[in-house]
Amino acid sequence: MFDIIFWVLAAVAVGAALAVVLLRDIFRAALSLVLLFLTVAGIYVTLYADFLAVVQVLIYVGAISILIIVAIMLTREVWHGNPPGRLRIPALIVCLLLAVTLIFTVMSTQWLVSGESPKTPTTMAIGEGLFGRGGFLLPVEITAVLLLAAVLGAIVLIREK
Amino acid sequence: MEIGDFRLLAPEISLLGCVLLVILLDLFIKQKRILATVSIAGLIVSAGFTLVMWGTPPVVILSRTLAVDAFALFFKFLFLVVAALIILASQDYVNKFERFQGEYYALVLISAVGMMLLAAATDLIAIYVALELSGISLYVLVGFLKDQKSSEAGLKFLLLGAVASAVLLYGMTLVFGFTGRTCLMCIADFLQGMPATGILDNLALLLGLILLVAGFGFKIACFPFQMWVPDVYEGAPTPITAYLSVASKVAGFAVILRVFFVALGAPDWMSLNWGMLFAILSAITMTVGNIVAIVQSNIKRMLGYSSIAQAGYLLVGLATVGMATGSDTSGQSGLIFFLMSYAVTNLGAFIAVIAISNKIDSDAIDDYAGMGRQASLLAVALTFCLISLIGLPPTAGLIAKIYIFSGAVRHGLLWLVIVAVVNSCISAFYYLRVVKVMWLGVPPSKEKVPSSWALRTALAVCCLLVLLLGVVPGSFVSIAETATRFFGS
Repeated sequence: MFDIIFWVLAAVAVGAALAVVLLRDIFRAALSLVLLFLTVAGIYVTLYADFLAVVQVLIYVGAISILIIVAIMLTREVWHGNPPGRLRIPALIVCLLLAVTLIFTVMSTQWLVSGESPKTPTTMAIGEGLFGRGGFLLPVEITAVLLLAAVLGAIVLIREK
Repeated sequence: MEIGDFRLLAPEISLLGCVLLVILLDLFIKQKRILATVSIAGLIVSAGFTLVMWGTPPVVILSRTLAVDAFALFFKFLFLVVAALIILASQDYVNKFERFQGEYYALVLISAVGMMLLAAATDLIAIYVALELSGISLYVLVGFLKDQKSSEAGLKFLLLGAVASAVLLYGMTLVFGFTGRTCLMCIADFLQGMPATGILDNLALLLGLILLVAGFGFKIACFPFQMWVPDVYEGAPTPITAYLSVASKVAGFAVILRVFFVALGAPDWMSLNWGMLFAILSAITMTVGNIVAIVQSNIKRMLGYSSIAQAGYLLVGLATVGMATGSDTSGQSGLIFFLMSYAVTNLGAFIAVIAISNKIDSDAIDDYAGMGRQASLLAVALTFCLISLIGLPPTAGLIAKIYIFSGAVRHGLLWLVIVAVVNSCISAFYYLRVVKVMWLGVPPSKEKVPSSWALRTALAVCCLLVLLLGVVPGSFVSIAETATRFFGS
């Protein structure tokens, strides 16, 4: 059952990602990106990552998509669309090579598999992993500083000189 | 309890406190020079904490995410010194963005915090977040002038930086997927326990390694990830160009050393492979940097390509580290000494460029004609730093090159050293052209070039250090040798 759902979601995700890159109309490309975010959230659900799925929907499907769409609406001359690049063919070849390498690597490697059954719900485990003993407290703290830097940067970029 | 560990973070925390103070003071104070003073004071306090901790036994704190060892402390001190010199040298430049001086100092300091954490982080996730912290501040600083060139440079840097981050993350996920852990010491333990089958039988690890090199390679601007350098260096405010070319690059080398030496360097069946990888990258990087630098007519672009070439020489040190086996640390100490000498030399050159370009309002090398008469002291300092970049006596550059190349020869990299020496000769051509233009050219006017005492202090400190490293390298070599002591080595 999960296999079928996964493959459907995976196919939609790849299709949406291709549409983001290939569509000439930027607005449609942005909407494809929203679809991509949604399918990724779906894949998280099939992996029992409930918290991650909700966060993905809230932040990516919700906030970031709206940000992108508003940015497009505020851009002048958006009807020119995605200008065709001169490097289309080389880019295609590089991407294909990369894809083949990655797929081959992923398929040919013996990955570590955990025998444990998935935790449900994951929220508490994530909280403990971030803030508990032996958790990732330092990266969380650094992220706070990162947000401060981002706010400062936004002020500088937006305000008139 | 882990909370006690935070006292070992005193350098970073005190500097962050200083950042907040700068931001708050910026709201009330009209005299923006005070902000620079506060920033410098914060850097000195932080450097004081770092010095006090020097010599304490190495530990890892906060559940294996951060190491406090000689290696990390050395780099923290270096970043603090560089940031202080940058802020001093910015004094002649900040009037170009009058309204944003508080943000400017705060971002320079936050970026320094990010690099300090980067040099100390021993966990893939902490490394990534620290890298982004220094990165995001630098993206904004590059676009700080808000004119067309600066904005373009900022955008380019942001986009390529984001791609590099994505590549780095992919490499990290592959390493994590393969080993099942994120802390570097744990990864090393896992790899030690694996049967020695050769890296080609473990494709995921090999690919992860290559992607990690690519991600970090962007930071140090080695071939083929150097495309962003000339445009970004040219468009960015000159003090930030200096900051990028020195601190950001040093941070990149520090993190590569730690990741590849602690996590991936231990078993013999792997280390040989990445030594060769860096040797090849090194040869290409220095050749590309030097050859393209010859045709540059803009001094910031020229110094940009020259910094790519210098990254090539630094990679010789990394290759030596990869080739060396056992407890031989000559590769690391050579690399660390070269990083010291490169930092002060390049910083000196850029500080002189800030003063001169500010006056003549141009970065073209031809406009430097006659600077020897118009601004003798600045021209002497710039000449001195360029000589050190070539690697001529009596400067730091010579000792650094001898040190790093002799280590490479001992570990069977003679071909690489020959390439490097030929490259040094090529580089003399474009460095000396600037010297020639400055001293033999005819000045368009007799006007003196003004410079603030802050900038002159920074320049004097750089030149003094270049001279000291070149004339009495002994004590600095012993510092470099102490700084090779990682946690876990």
